[in-house]
Order: sequence, then C-alpha cells, then structure tokens
Amino acid sequence: MNGASRRTIVRRGILGVLAWLALWEVGSQLGEWIGVAVPLLDKVPPPHTVVGDLGELVGEAGYWNSWSLSLQRVLWGFAFAIAIGVPLALLIVTSRTFRGLFFPIFETLRPIPPLAWVPLAIIFWPTQELSITFVTFLGAFFPIVLNIVDGAAQIDRRLVLISRSLGLGRVGTFARVLLPSTLPAMVTGAAVGMGITWEVVVAAELISGGGNTSGDGGLGFLVWNAYQGNDLPRIVVGMISLGIAGYLSSTMVRALGARLMPWRRAA
Amino acid sequence: MSVVAVAPERTAAGAISIREVGKSYGEGKGRVVALERCSFEIAPGEFRVIVGPSGCGKTTLLNAVAGFHPITEGEIRLDGELLCGPGVPQARPGADRVVVFQHSTLFPWMTVLDNVTYGPVVQGRVKREEARERARELLAGAGLAGSEGLYPGELSSGVARRVEIVRALACEPRVLLLDEPFRGMDSITKSVMQQGLLELYDRSRVTILFITHDIEEAVFLGSRVSVMSTRPGRVQATIDVDIPRPREVGVLTSPRFRELVGQVSELVRGEARRAFEAGERELA
Repeated sequence: MNGASRRTIVRRGILGVLAWLALWEVGSQLGEWIGVAVPLLDKVPPPHTVVGDLGELVGEAGYWNSWSLSLQRVLWGFAFAIAIGVPLALLIVTSRTFRGLFFPIFETLRPIPPLAWVPLAIIFWPTQELSITFVTFLGAFFPIVLNIVDGAAQIDRRLVLISRSLGLGRVGTFARVLLPSTLPAMVTGAAVGMGITWEVVVAAELISGGGNTSGDGGLGFLVWNAYQGNDLPRIVVGMISLGIAGYLSSTMVRALGARLMPWRRAA
Repeated sequence: MSVVAVAPERTAAGAISIREVGKSYGEGKGRVVALERCSFEIAPGEFRVIVGPSGCGKTTLLNAVAGFHPITEGEIRLDGELLCGPGVPQARPGADRVVVFQHSTLFPWMTVLDNVTYGPVVQGRVKREEARERARELLAGAGLAGSEGLYPGELSSGVARRVEIVRALACEPRVLLLDEPFRGMDSITKSVMQQGLLELYDRSRVTILFITHDIEEAVFLGSRVSVMSTRPGRVQATIDVDIPRPREVGVLTSPRFRELVGQVSELVRGEARRAFEAGERELA
C-alpha cells in the first residue's frame, strides 16, 4: 500500500466518524423530525453531553485504572486462549481420532454465551481476577480454535504432497508446510478472538465488585455500574471506550500478523 | 532464454519400468478400473510423453510413480528398485521423483530462492549456503535471475511455472514427473515455456515423464510419445519422435513434425471415439 492511498483511508475514516457524530448530534437533539420520532437516536444522549462526561472521566484516575484492569484481563485471557487453543486446533486438524473424540464437545460448549459461564467461573477459580480472566479466555478460545480448524480444511493438499515429493517426511512437512499454511487462519482467529474478549469483558467484570470510584472495576464494570446508577452518558462513554479498545487491539493483532506473513503483502 | 549447448549425458540413471500395472477404485458395481495391465519402459534420460483423452488414467499413473496413490496390481521400478508392487501398494514419495503439477504448488510463504533450495536443504544433502549458490545458478540458467527475493504471489503464472521446474531440478531427481504443467496457458506463454523446458532438458538430460492431452506439445517435446487408451487405461501405442535436438520453434512447421502429429492424432482420435462409443462421458 503506498502513502497516498493510506492517507486517503485515514481521511475517509475520520470523515466517516465525523459524519456519524454529526448525524447522532442532530438526531439526538431533534428528537423528532417533521412529527416522526428519530429512531433509536432520540433515546441516546447527544455526543456533546457524552464528550462532557468523557472529559470528566478522563480526569479521574479510576477511569484509566479501568482501562488498565480490563486490558490486563483481556490480554491474559487472550494469551491463554492462544496458548491452549492453537495446539488444540492443530491436534484436531492432524488427528482424525482426536477430532472425532473432541470436536463434538467443543461444538457443544462453543455456543454457550460467556455470561452463562459467570457463575461457574466464580466457583472454578480461587480469585476474582482468575474468574474474570477465565471468562475473557472463553471469548477468545472458541473463535481461535474454530478459525484454525476451518482454515486447515482450506489448505492446498498438493502443497503437502509436493513437500513429501521434495524429500521431507511427515513431521517436517507438518512444521514447514502445515504450520505456515494455517498461519493466516491463526491470525484471523486471533483478531476475531481479541475482539470478542472485549465483547465479553462486561459479562466478565460482573464478577468484580468494582472499586472505590465509579470506574475502578474495569471498563465493563463501568458500563454495568452506570446502568445500575441510570447514568446514560456514562454508559455510552463506557461502550465507546470498549469499542475503541477492541478496535485498537484487533488492529494490533492484524499488524503483528502482517509482520509474520510478509508474503501476503505481495499477493 | 538463450540457446544452450547440449551438455554431456548424465549418469545413466532414471530408468522407469512399469509392468502390468492395474488400479481400480471401489467395489462391486461401483468398481472403476483406471489402469489395467499398463506396461512400458522409459530409458534413462528419455523424455517420454503420455497423451490420451481425459480420464484415461494418465494422472493416476503419474501419481502412482510419485507415491501419492497406491496401485492394485503390477509393479513400478526405478533403476531396478521396486517402488511399488506386490506387498508394497504405495511407493514412498521421494526427491528422486519430483512432481510438477498443473497448478502452482510453490510455497507461498517462501521467496523464490527459498522455494528452490527447499528440496536440497530439507534432504540435508547440502549446506544452505551451497544450496543457495546452486539455486542462483539454476535460476539464472532458466532466465530467472533477479527473481530470487520475490514471493510466488508476485510472479506471473509463466514465471512461477519455470521456478517450479527449477525447484524440481534443484533436487537433482532421477525422474521429473510433469502433470500437464502448461495446461491453461495462453499459446504464447506456452510456447515460451516449452522452449524453456527443452533447454533445461538438453542441459540436464534428466528422465522426464510428461503428461498432456496436447498432441503438438507431445511431439514437440518428447523423444517418444505413448498414447493411452481409456478404461481400461493402458499404453496402446508408442511413437518414436526422430526429430533431432536441440529443437527450436521452427520444428513446428517442418513436414516431419506435421506427419508425426498426424500419426499421434489418428491414434488418440481412435481411442477417444472408442471410449465415446463405450459410453464414456469424460472426454476432453
């Protein structure tokens, strides 16, 4: 990608965000337009109140502490999901026996929403932090495994044949052909999984009781707490914070993936 | 690509002997016989082309030699060693018989240079540096100097195909197995590719088993052309192509070339008609 087109992309992104903010502001202020209620937006506080609230929050140490807390939980959950999910997925991919034994269980556990895991997460683990991390782990674990399993099904079988023909044995072919072949699926799985850890952080942080200040229990808890306190602007601030965190971290995973796969830039 | 002087003959290795080979799939009514009592011999350093209508078992035969699929009858030997036969249904794939498929199988995550050194390095035959040196020479010889650092995704299909043939040759195989490597290419690229392959062959004199359904290609490239029949697949006739090497595109308009193409076409058409009348629908 050259500099000019990258600039265009950034410009479009900013323009899109600004246009959306303007629409939101107008829709939220109007409440109704020529007698018709503006759908959804009429119930949301306008951006300028949200920004005001954000300005207030930014000054509080608790808000940043929430960022840091949530980030740690998300990263640990994600790291465990990679550490356990990748080898497990590779086992499913390479061993039909293992796939037969394990895949049905995996597919049964996968659709269970992380919120439903909260009670068990509390019982399973001795500390609150571990319980929260466990829930974020679940969020990332399933998409990572599923992406690799699906990705491996797309692998060009002839690459495996050719590697054998060029003189490499089964084990070597696994390391030199199967692993790089599944790398794109691993990166996609990781990026999706990273996004989902942020999605589930609200559910996960229900476990924490929160801190002394309003934002001290993590970003997810901040949203939950604001809901309990009926503080609509703060809910929106929390939601946006989660969204930004998820976007940034998924982007970082993708960027890391691009570094690992220089050949993809060429294609 | 430049014209290259004919190199001295390699060591006499790469004799393939295919004896009474049979291959069937399925059981009972669904049983399909792809190959039946298929026999022929390829001399060391020979460029053998197999032509035949689609579905005649050409690829099945090549895969059996490569060790990708088992056979159900007969035996295949390479320089007298048994590759597969009674008790050993499937040959072990190995770098003595490298395959080049119809579509690119370059490793997309490796540069051209790494692709070409892959075979020699993983076999542990040579040190990486030595393999690289040799790969650079081979690439330059095939008119591919300058492409070493590129990824396969950056190559045109013709260049990618040439790299793939070079990668196979880098293994110094006893036999090169080419499965319709130029299929689907436009006629100009195809003719450049054929010329390039002939140059590489003239230099290495490696035994080649080349599969195609393009009769002109078969006669232009091959030392001998075997025509296969459909169901059961077996070699029906073999024609000696007595056109001297090195061959240039000028050969394509020579009377002898046209005559040989005519002969092979006649045989292939006969097979195709017979197969069609037998109710086969998998014709090209």
